[in-house]
Amino acid sequence: MKILALDSSGLVASVAYLEDGKIKGLININYQKTHSQTLLPMLDEMVKTLEIDLNDIDYLACANGPGSFTGLRIGVATIKGLGLSIGKEIVDVSTLEALALNWPGAEGIVIPIMDARRSQVYAAGYSFEGNSAKPVTVIEPVNCELSVLLEKLNAMGKKVFFTGDGVPVYKDMIAQSLKVDYALPNAANAYQNAANVAALAEIFANEGLAKKAADISPVYLRKPQAEREREAMQGTN
Amino acid sequence: MADINILAIESSCDETAAAVVRNGREVLSNVIYSQIDLHTLYGGVVPEIASRKHIDKINQVVEKAITDSGMQLKDMDAIAVTYGPGLVGPLLVGVSFAKALAYGANLPIIGVHHIEGHICANYIANKELEPPFMCLIVSGGHTHLVKVADFGKYEILGKTEDDAAGEAFDKVARAIGLGYPGGPKIDRVSKSGNPEAIKFPRAKVGGSEYDFSFSGLKSAVLNYLNTASMNNETIVTEDVAASFQQAVIDVLVGHSMEALNQYGFKKFAIAGGVASNSGLREAFENACKERDIEFFLPPPILCTDNAAMIGSAAYFEYISGVRHGLDLNAVPNLKLGERV
Repeated sequence: MKILALDSSGLVASVAYLEDGKIKGLININYQKTHSQTLLPMLDEMVKTLEIDLNDIDYLACANGPGSFTGLRIGVATIKGLGLSIGKEIVDVSTLEALALNWPGAEGIVIPIMDARRSQVYAAGYSFEGNSAKPVTVIEPVNCELSVLLEKLNAMGKKVFFTGDGVPVYKDMIAQSLKVDYALPNAANAYQNAANVAALAEIFANEGLAKKAADISPVYLRKPQAEREREAMQGTN
Repeated sequence: MADINILAIESSCDETAAAVVRNGREVLSNVIYSQIDLHTLYGGVVPEIASRKHIDKINQVVEKAITDSGMQLKDMDAIAVTYGPGLVGPLLVGVSFAKALAYGANLPIIGVHHIEGHICANYIANKELEPPFMCLIVSGGHTHLVKVADFGKYEILGKTEDDAAGEAFDKVARAIGLGYPGGPKIDRVSKSGNPEAIKFPRAKVGGSEYDFSFSGLKSAVLNYLNTASMNNETIVTEDVAASFQQAVIDVLVGHSMEALNQYGFKKFAIAGGVASNSGLREAFENACKERDIEFFLPPPILCTDNAAMIGSAAYFEYISGVRHGLDLNAVPNLKLGERV
């Protein structure tokens, strides 16, 4: 199975190419330039280097959120446009679930946290069971105060493996409030990585979860500010 | 010469649109998904909500534009997309999508200036129209008086120093209780009002001779409403709307006619969402007739945001050799005539 995957949900722009369980190509860029300028040239560079014929691809894949609203849309719009032009289906995976593959086989709970500003995070919890490479969701993806998440983790009592761009932002708060053992990521497994997206997409494609390009939509986990304010006003009326 | 077919995408504000245009003049398909009902709840366009809607609808809109054209994606000569000016979130959806579509189909990508697109709507509506001519673009975000020297060559003669004309319509409509979108609503009630009932100011501004200002007029309307309500006077909504609209029309027509006279153009066109205002169309028709100026205007469907106009503008870029790279970015404040 051949999968072309991308992730631009956070600071990193990442593209990967997977062929039958092997990552053959991966480019990760963590640089200030906007993803709209870097993502497609990176994809093109990888396609050329690996001499990929886009018509031979079986599936496209992308991280569908949560993440930076704009970053997510650049990635999702790119994959939807590509899906339409080459006529391939898309496997969209949770950004958080893909991040969980930064700690494959961890004995405990893998907690990806993404900075959602205002002392909030996008987070979820995953475990790996038996010999399976597929993460099992133990905490559903959520947008919450970090403190709420840490209380929950204290109550669960298992070792926690953190990853994601929320880690450098909140590591002091974690050190202060978390009572259970935990591990922080190193430079190599701290961020999004399209290889994880491709690996998960291969599992999901085999489960028949690929969708038409038109049916792919980002999962934001947070409503637009104007919508929240409008609902709050209606609630008080 | 072989036909040039361009698939164009527009998402700079609250319309998700796609079209196929042949040789810059012939519209083979023109699909517009308007989000206006959604934004009406908020009294104006909310950029984040618009961006979310664009990404949910863009495939359906583009697929329908291809199907309606009777052609296939591989038969296109290029993909065009609006890359500015506009709201950055909405623009990025169209730009990212269009680039990937072009990349996968191995077609060139051409970024188009939104306002230049509005001007080019006139090439679709009037197959004989050729530069040089003068064009007034009036919309919710823009008020520009432009000299069209040649295809793809523009010079700004005047622009608004503050609110765009359409913005003033929206704000005044809100103040007199007509709601959003202001332009069509004020246009409608003005028909039963007296445009001479209230004398609102016709602003002269300090900058370029042909610059516009509408914030003073808007304040004058608000002051009038406040004073009237403090004095317990009856406010006749129709008269306020008609008098306001007349003040806007007088300034737009006045500046345009002075500029036409000074620069000696014999052809004049209007474009943009506000160009579908019936009062404005009539006033320009009469003013041009009096001066023996040939007047051009697109039908309303090509005045509001659409992708056919982008496909027309892209054709003239295409034949002059303009191509963009895979690093094409959205430029929210792109200047008219600028090539980034």
